[in-house]
Amino acid sequence: MTTTYGPLAVWAVVLVVGALTFAIRYSFIYLLDRVSGVPPRLERALRYVPAAVLAALVAPSFVDPGPTVAATLLDGRLLAGVVAAGVAWITENMFATLVAGMLTLWTVGFVL
Amino acid sequence: MPTVPDDFVAGVRATLPLLLGLIPFGLVAGVAAVDAGLSPAQAVGLSAIVFAGASQLATVDLLAKDASLPVVVLTAVVINLRMSMYSASIAPYLEALRRRWSALYAFVLTDMSYALAIAEFTDETGDDAPDAADQPAPDGGADGSGHRWYYLGAAVFMWLVWQLATIVGVVLGASIPESWGVSFAVPLVFLSLLVPELSDRPRVVAALVGGSVAVAGAAWPLNLGLLGGALAGVVAGVAVEGREAA
Repeated sequence: MTTTYGPLAVWAVVLVVGALTFAIRYSFIYLLDRVSGVPPRLERALRYVPAAVLAALVAPSFVDPGPTVAATLLDGRLLAGVVAAGVAWITENMFATLVAGMLTLWTVGFVL
Repeated sequence: MPTVPDDFVAGVRATLPLLLGLIPFGLVAGVAAVDAGLSPAQAVGLSAIVFAGASQLATVDLLAKDASLPVVVLTAVVINLRMSMYSASIAPYLEALRRRWSALYAFVLTDMSYALAIAEFTDETGDDAPDAADQPAPDGGADGSGHRWYYLGAAVFMWLVWQLATIVGVVLGASIPESWGVSFAVPLVFLSLLVPELSDRPRVVAALVGGSVAVAGAAWPLNLGLLGGALAGVVAGVAVEGREAA
């Protein structure tokens, strides 16, 4: 799929996301003079943002609910995701994770 | 700046092992951007201005799906919210900096530059939550200035590598057949960032809830399954932590 948005809209997204991302990065570096550290309640919530957001991003790419449980589980993308997750857990290496996931996807696609 | 400070070189050198993760990630960012229909200039502009891989991938993915622009922006911002924690964590070590320096620090703050810098800073002070007693020396002092050059060496070098990797990805993007399924590398990159996050029970629950809601809501309009999943995951993580503490 390719976007149907024009150059103006795409550049606007680039600039707005860039500005807001910079504001996030600068937030507490800038505010430190005025407040002491992150408010504890906010810090508690922010702690779970990476796990929650990244899981919400990846899960639909690996899990595509099929008509049956077997059809859902015997999906090349899910198998590749499980293998890649195992490799990520053991090696904590992005390159190894990418290679393991892609090889599994290609192998399963060849066999099934 | 008559010569390149040793601490700057030390910072550059410290990034070398991370390049194995950074370069393929940057390649994927470039490939995904042109696959989504961005021009080469837009793809490189995204890397140069935003400089945050996960949010860049989500941005081009949502643009390719013609999601509404507020959803594109909001999703990228939600993904990058974690960096406010880095900002808070690293701020005490940079307090002595003049404002324009601290803006540059903030611009190149990423998962990897934060992880490298905080490891180096806390190694020196022996404390990962500095109080007034072990603040780095003021700007110009040997200690604070060393921190600055080390961090800038690492973070600015990673920014340059990110641009080069993106450009190579943009060039390769058009010549990689779709049947190879290279776009599958995108969720694999997210996965490799997710797995090390799962360090305790509340985080595992946050991920399980976030992922489950996102799968259930995959067909929801405006990609709301992602935002709903992320919010539900954060709430679940906080709830589990609260129950374990009680």
